[in-house]
Amino acid sequence: MSLSLPPGFRLERKSNTEEFFINMGPQHPSTHGALRLTLRMDGETIVELVPHFGYIHRGMEKQAESMSYLQYIALSDRQDYLTAIQNNLGVVIALEKGMNVGVPLRGEFIRVMLQELGRIASHLVFYGCFGGDLGGQTCLLFGFKEREMIHDMLEEVTGSRLTTNFFRPGGSRYDVPDTFIPRVKAFLDHMEDTMKDYERFLSKNIIVLERSIGIGVLTKEDAIAYGCSGPVLRASGVNFDVRRANPYSIYDQFDFDVPVFHNGDCYDRYKIRIAEIHESMKILRQCVEKFPTEGPWRSKEKPVRLPVGRYYSEIETAKGLYATYVVAATTGEKPYRIHTRGPSFPHIAALNKMVQGHKISDLVTIMATLDPVIPEIDR
Amino acid sequence: MFAPSVTHPIGDFVREWVPRLAEYLPASIQSDTLNSVIAFLINAVICIIAVCIVNIGSAPILIYMERKVCAHVQCRLGPMRLGWHGTIQTIADVIKMLFKEVYAPSGADKLMFYLAPLIVLIAPFIVCALIPFDKNLVVADVSMGIPLIIAVNGFGVLGILLGGWSSNNKYSLLGALRSGAQMISYEISFAMILLFVVMISGSTNLMSITMGQEGTIFDWWIFKIPVLGFIAFILFFISSTAEMNRAPFDIAEAEQELTGGYHTEYNGTPFAMFYLAEYIALITNSALATTCFLGGFFPPCIGIDAVDNVLKMVPGVVWFFAKIYFMVWCYMMVRWTFVRPRVDQLMDFEWKFLLPVNLVLLVAGAGFIVISG
Repeated sequence: MSLSLPPGFRLERKSNTEEFFINMGPQHPSTHGALRLTLRMDGETIVELVPHFGYIHRGMEKQAESMSYLQYIALSDRQDYLTAIQNNLGVVIALEKGMNVGVPLRGEFIRVMLQELGRIASHLVFYGCFGGDLGGQTCLLFGFKEREMIHDMLEEVTGSRLTTNFFRPGGSRYDVPDTFIPRVKAFLDHMEDTMKDYERFLSKNIIVLERSIGIGVLTKEDAIAYGCSGPVLRASGVNFDVRRANPYSIYDQFDFDVPVFHNGDCYDRYKIRIAEIHESMKILRQCVEKFPTEGPWRSKEKPVRLPVGRYYSEIETAKGLYATYVVAATTGEKPYRIHTRGPSFPHIAALNKMVQGHKISDLVTIMATLDPVIPEIDR
Repeated sequence: MFAPSVTHPIGDFVREWVPRLAEYLPASIQSDTLNSVIAFLINAVICIIAVCIVNIGSAPILIYMERKVCAHVQCRLGPMRLGWHGTIQTIADVIKMLFKEVYAPSGADKLMFYLAPLIVLIAPFIVCALIPFDKNLVVADVSMGIPLIIAVNGFGVLGILLGGWSSNNKYSLLGALRSGAQMISYEISFAMILLFVVMISGSTNLMSITMGQEGTIFDWWIFKIPVLGFIAFILFFISSTAEMNRAPFDIAEAEQELTGGYHTEYNGTPFAMFYLAEYIALITNSALATTCFLGGFFPPCIGIDAVDNVLKMVPGVVWFFAKIYFMVWCYMMVRWTFVRPRVDQLMDFEWKFLLPVNLVLLVAGAGFIVISG
């Protein structure tokens, strides 16, 4: 009976009922962008899933070959637009390794603070989408409400809300304004209260518990085998956070925990992101206290020219491990090749493993907890 | 047993004036039969117009209300541009929807496709005709009101099944099948609660159910039977939410999963009719809850004469609509604060929890009646 299966489906036919195929996306409200999933269904139960990528492929890595290094920083915004400011840092650290420049302390603090703000913003989008995909449209707006405050701060610092294009080798484009620190402080105080409300809204809700506990379990072995990273990996019980395992910037100077959960189901993936918001707030509090009021915020400006060599950086974005690999074949302003390793691609690859035997409603829950951003997969 | 003595002033007026006007007709065609037929037809037309006005007139109000309630729950403002606080936004939307081109997807069963939205509208219209809006304001004062309501409520699921099946779309079909299973299951609890009301009030006529609640607020069925009445009200609230396919039980539409479910392929006027049916069902279910539990058109008297006399000055129909809109507000608050259960969990909830509780409630209610005489 395997003669007429659409491309990608591998499982042998088992049940006697009539199976059918559903095409979910690329225009579907809960595929989080232009992702196309083809589902093999037995009634409401998913037998097998095949994801199809490439609907917003822009050839970024190819474009990078004809761009200067600085221009690629702007392109990294357009990959995972929810963690744009973190992607910037990923690229910039690789360039700094090549240029061999350091960053002054104030510059590092600016970096860390914007990183953590970006992480909270991304996790808030997750919170909203998770609730929204479960059917609670109100959560969606709640998540976006606080994210808006972060974006206002980002706008004040970087000049743009979403595609920040902010960091440069040796520091950043601008210094932060004087109002930044009080603003972050006010935001943190506001966020402490709001998070209590938000957690009360979803974390103990019986319907949310019923719909997420035991759904889409990703075992520790599978998570490692598929190359998952970030909250998805840590929810499966692997204690790996680049900030801790291979500290970049000044993350080794801060006191924070790496939350790890062990069930690997949707509820753990939700809880871990809530826990990470709290950890980010902890880091931000320390930043606000220790922020150096004096001193330079960037090292002396140098032309961005990399010597021949290969440079690699990896950082922990809100989604997971974001790595940049720069190959400079000639000393100059242009790379030979830049490769980006994004976190969302392995997560979608693991989707088939997680949804088998679950209902179509669970697929939506699982997709939401993987928190993929499709432009980053397609690039 | 209380026997309702309902007069229909408008109906009597028509019946009185038709023979008088008929005298001007040629003598050859004058007859009592003709007079009564004409009077009946005029009355019927008046009734139909009245039901249409109540139903279709309240839909835009409800849609506006839903948007505002939803917006304020979500810390937004909602429609603000068109008219004062966006009051005529809904009318603009209705006009937009009516002027859209109507088309069916290729491969759709055209007859069924266009019939489905009409069938969905039947049930709420018939139920609305049975509701006593005031002592003298009821279109059809039938003695078997509750069984009739239980019977016609099944029409809704027929329309949804037809719509989903004829759309030639897998998402629509999934939505329709989910909805079919859900509505048929929840209809059982829905009927059980109504039977509970019939049992405690001793009548299937909606007017006598209402008249049995005359007096203070503690004579309403929700409070008259201690605890049991309130539990029955909550159960009615849950099962009617599921019956109406409203969130959190809107698995038939499930925007995030099925992109709209059974009405994915509908647009323009047919879609507007599905939309309308949803809101009319909201009105009729609220009206049913008001009639069965919240004292119908009686004012919420509290037993103090000074207050009660003031409350009684307000016409019953105003109280009725005030209670309806309170119920509607409750439905809306629930819709915007809960997430949606999965389809199998929904069925589990009905068959393993709601139905047993209903049966226990029915027995307990019978026990209460036996004890209290």
